[in-house]
Amino acid sequence: MNETSPSLPLQRPLFVTERTDNWWLGPTATGLGLLFFVAYLTWAAFQGVHFYVGPEDAPYYLSPLYSPWIQADWWPFSPAFLILWAPGGFRFTCYYYRKAYYRAFSLSPPGCAVGGRAHNYKGERVLFLFQNLHRFFLYLAVLFVFVLAYDAWLAFQFPDGWGIGAGSIVLTLNAVFLGAFTFGCNSLRHLVGGNVDCFSCVAFGRPRFKIWRIVTRFNEHHMEWAWISLFWVCFTDLYVRLVSMGIVGDLRIL
Amino acid sequence: MNHETIEHDVIIIGAGGAGLRAAIEASGKGASVGVVCKSLLGKAHTAMAEGGMAAALTTADPRDNWEMHFRDTIRGGKMLNNWRMVKIFTQEAPDRVNELEEWGALFDRTDDGRILQRNFGGHQYARLAHVGDRTGLEMLRTLQNHGIHQGIEVYMECTVVDLLMDGGKAAGAFAYWRDSGTFVQFRAKAVVLATGGLGKCYTITSNSWECTGDGQALAYRAGAELIDMEFVQFHPTGMVWPPSVRGLLVTEGVRGEGGVLRDKDGKRFMFDYIPEMFAGEYAETEEEAKRWRPGVPEGPDARRPPDLLTRDVVARAIRAEVRAGRGSPHGGAYLDIASQASEAQIKKKLPGMYHQFMQLASLDITKEYMEVGPTSHYVMGGVRVDPETCSTSVPGLFAAGEVAGGLHGANRLGGNSLTDLMVFGRRAGAGAAEYAGALSAMPGVNPDQVRDIERLALAPFEESGTENPYEVMQDLQKMMEHDSGIVRAKEELADGLGKLRTLKERSVKVRVEGNRQYNPGWHYALDLHNLIMVSEAITLSALHRDESRGGHTREDFPESSPELEKVNTVVRNRDGEMAWEHVTREPLPGDLQELLSHPHLEEPN
Amino acid sequence: MTDVTFRVFRGAGTQGGFEEYTVQLSEGMVVLDAVLDIQASQAGDLAVRWNCKAGKCGSCSAEVNGKPRLMCMTRMNTLPLDQPVTIEPMRSFPLIKDLVTDVKRNFEINKRVRPFKPKPRQADGTHRMMQYDIDRIQEFHKCIECFLCQDVCHVMRDHQKPDFIGPRFLIRLAALVMHPLDTENRLTELKDAFGIGYCNITKCCTEVCPENIKITDNAIIPLKERVAGNFYDPLAWLWRKARGKRPDTRPGTE
Repeated sequence: MNETSPSLPLQRPLFVTERTDNWWLGPTATGLGLLFFVAYLTWAAFQGVHFYVGPEDAPYYLSPLYSPWIQADWWPFSPAFLILWAPGGFRFTCYYYRKAYYRAFSLSPPGCAVGGRAHNYKGERVLFLFQNLHRFFLYLAVLFVFVLAYDAWLAFQFPDGWGIGAGSIVLTLNAVFLGAFTFGCNSLRHLVGGNVDCFSCVAFGRPRFKIWRIVTRFNEHHMEWAWISLFWVCFTDLYVRLVSMGIVGDLRIL
Repeated sequence: MNHETIEHDVIIIGAGGAGLRAAIEASGKGASVGVVCKSLLGKAHTAMAEGGMAAALTTADPRDNWEMHFRDTIRGGKMLNNWRMVKIFTQEAPDRVNELEEWGALFDRTDDGRILQRNFGGHQYARLAHVGDRTGLEMLRTLQNHGIHQGIEVYMECTVVDLLMDGGKAAGAFAYWRDSGTFVQFRAKAVVLATGGLGKCYTITSNSWECTGDGQALAYRAGAELIDMEFVQFHPTGMVWPPSVRGLLVTEGVRGEGGVLRDKDGKRFMFDYIPEMFAGEYAETEEEAKRWRPGVPEGPDARRPPDLLTRDVVARAIRAEVRAGRGSPHGGAYLDIASQASEAQIKKKLPGMYHQFMQLASLDITKEYMEVGPTSHYVMGGVRVDPETCSTSVPGLFAAGEVAGGLHGANRLGGNSLTDLMVFGRRAGAGAAEYAGALSAMPGVNPDQVRDIERLALAPFEESGTENPYEVMQDLQKMMEHDSGIVRAKEELADGLGKLRTLKERSVKVRVEGNRQYNPGWHYALDLHNLIMVSEAITLSALHRDESRGGHTREDFPESSPELEKVNTVVRNRDGEMAWEHVTREPLPGDLQELLSHPHLEEPN
Repeated sequence: MTDVTFRVFRGAGTQGGFEEYTVQLSEGMVVLDAVLDIQASQAGDLAVRWNCKAGKCGSCSAEVNGKPRLMCMTRMNTLPLDQPVTIEPMRSFPLIKDLVTDVKRNFEINKRVRPFKPKPRQADGTHRMMQYDIDRIQEFHKCIECFLCQDVCHVMRDHQKPDFIGPRFLIRLAALVMHPLDTENRLTELKDAFGIGYCNITKCCTEVCPENIKITDNAIIPLKERVAGNFYDPLAWLWRKARGKRPDTRPGTE
């Protein structure tokens, strides 16, 4: 090839672009949404009360922010903090949420083909190396899915016997949505089959391929499940809280 | 007059399948190799090839073998093929496919994990190794990624203006860098032409701007012979609507996967167009055609549908339907895959076609008929070469791929082109390396020749010019479409030759604006010389073949002539004028002759 | 038919600006048609790189209304035509002239990728690969090297990291790493020389890919997970130790 032409100063300052569409809408909505839910979760976690409905030794509705309920005398704060770090860490290191907050808060980049924040960008090489620990949060998140499924089951066991309340459905959906989010995790997708180069050459290749396909299906909608499950966790907590406070009455269906 | 000079043992012009395969081979034989290409590496027209790569691998149908491939190729070529080339081609084809796989290509697989093959027009058995409908891209990328580690130098976006000659021998090439417009001379002991086709002679074409007949013209000017130039393949299925994509290819794979052609009333018309030569080999009723299934070996009661006849036959059939007023709204025929395959099958096997129609025509091929019509696609003719080494009649000059002639005769079968690139690309690379190795010294450069080329190349910047290169090119394309197109006649061809003289005069008077740096107007102006030259070769050869055969159809001579079956048309430069002659072809030896009459649908011995 | 105004970038090296042209709209027109129309009738020396005009070669990459796209696949009827259509060259590459940029850097990166090194053939002379084993990498082989992903990636666009190979070549690596026949280990260079850690999975590459390759989810994240498994996973490290294996062994699973 011939001599290189000198390069035009193509790098654009923050937010500068020729894009004519509303590119800022997405990251702004994402940022506001994340802020809102994090604010609610923090507030709810600090409460330490009104997070269950029913007798204290056997509540039938338990807020997912407080489940499993660890009653430790030595812990002076809200019991939510004993557990919330795990699902919080799972979401913080999640590949989808990473995209969301790198775009909305870190502004690297704020939008595609939109000028980014000028800084000494290191990506996930130095400080953010811990993102590689996502899989360990996944292990915990899978446990949580089972715990919350158990909570959902308990939500049908009222003091007067088996029944269905509006809360039973709310808690069940919570477990389902969290499951759909968790089982679409990119790390899980790697662990169940993404790490295999040749399914037909390894032991149990066919079933592993099928499981990988199922996880892939969930993974294709990981973003949607991330938002649905996040919203529903907050909603579930709010519902339990309002019933517990006596502000709304739980509708007994059966 | 001191131009940048680059030296190699072998210079290869063109970086499509043939050029890259030649480069890999020549480099493997120890030659220092430079590849010069007009575009970026990996953008060559090979990437556009969709359907597949024909080779008798026998993975899809065990009855296949090279003899059957030989028979299909010669019959598809309407007997005009150089049988020695066809023999080498069909025998070496499977090795070339396997070689690509060894270099990382991923062909679609059979259920037991071998290379899957698909049906294609004119091929008796499922024979095309393929990757969905982007086989050419897979092949090109594989060669590219293998080639970059073989010590080959690639000179991208560099256009060759003319070959450098030392006496009668090839001595290199004179070129310009597209980005800067400065000249460069490549000195070499051997030159391989792998420049592809000349579709840009026509208005409606599946070819890109690159296909301007450069190699044919370079070879002609260097004194080499061109053979069979009258045979231009019009692919039956190009898009016809919207105008912006007119001519864009719709892969034959659509028909290979079961697609059928229909007239404006939905009638399948191909049953009415089965030529005598193929009588009895294709389904004769719609009922029978329905029993045939792609991917399943056919039986005597389920012969292949006539929609899979050779391209020349199908193209003429569509044209005849349109002429008779039975065409689709925009002057084509309907191609229907929607009723023949499920949505999932179509999206899996023809994803490129699905997106092409969805994005460019807002048409869902899983639900609606496509509109298709003939589009100029490929030139069977080209530089006359030796079957073994791909050498031309000019010492040190080699040619492979579409730029070379002889293999495909009067009509090329789909899928034979990609294999051609690999088989003869390899042979040309080997031939050139061997020739270069035997040469002790680098051939000399004639300063007078360089000065002449340079003066001609810079002429469009002179104040005296009056013509716009874009307009001259459009007029040429219109002339070729009308006078030397899919159906020809004596008066029009003769008339065309006259118009070509005028166009030639206009081409030396073009004037371009701007400077030499990446100036497309200038590039077109230089391409014009090549386009006009190959157009003349096509028209002259066509004028003197008084018969219809394969890609050459004469309104005034609708039948094939047994006498003309024995000869090929050769054109060459004689004292600055284009001269033609009919040369008698070496007849097929007895055992191969027998193959041609081999009854179909039987186990070959 | 209506007239449309285009703002086309004209210039060379470090100088340039937008110039306006008016083109008559025709049915089915794409942006490249308009550019070629301008070239043929108004500005004969307007430089543009294109080949197939069918979305198969990836030559006519540019930024249309600020978005990296193939001009030949951008239908005019998908753009707002009441305002001028902006066409500019890819901004992450040095400008040669007008809409043509110097993309040589990509070819140099490609040379750094070690070649495919297959397993030996089977006794019958064939390589056996099941379709379901190669579906995943056939997606990556669809890449037409338009380099739009390299253009839009903020690591290259805003931060010019020379030790990051970019989405196109992470795809190429993924196609090699997941190839059932390839015997090379490529994870160490992915982590170090190829800088996969720079990618913060913000998915602009996936958004602009004209071949709809799920670059981030199907190629980059699985590679990141493999790198994590090899270098950042203490449990996997222990497991390998226990089995007496060193990291980086291939083929098959890690």
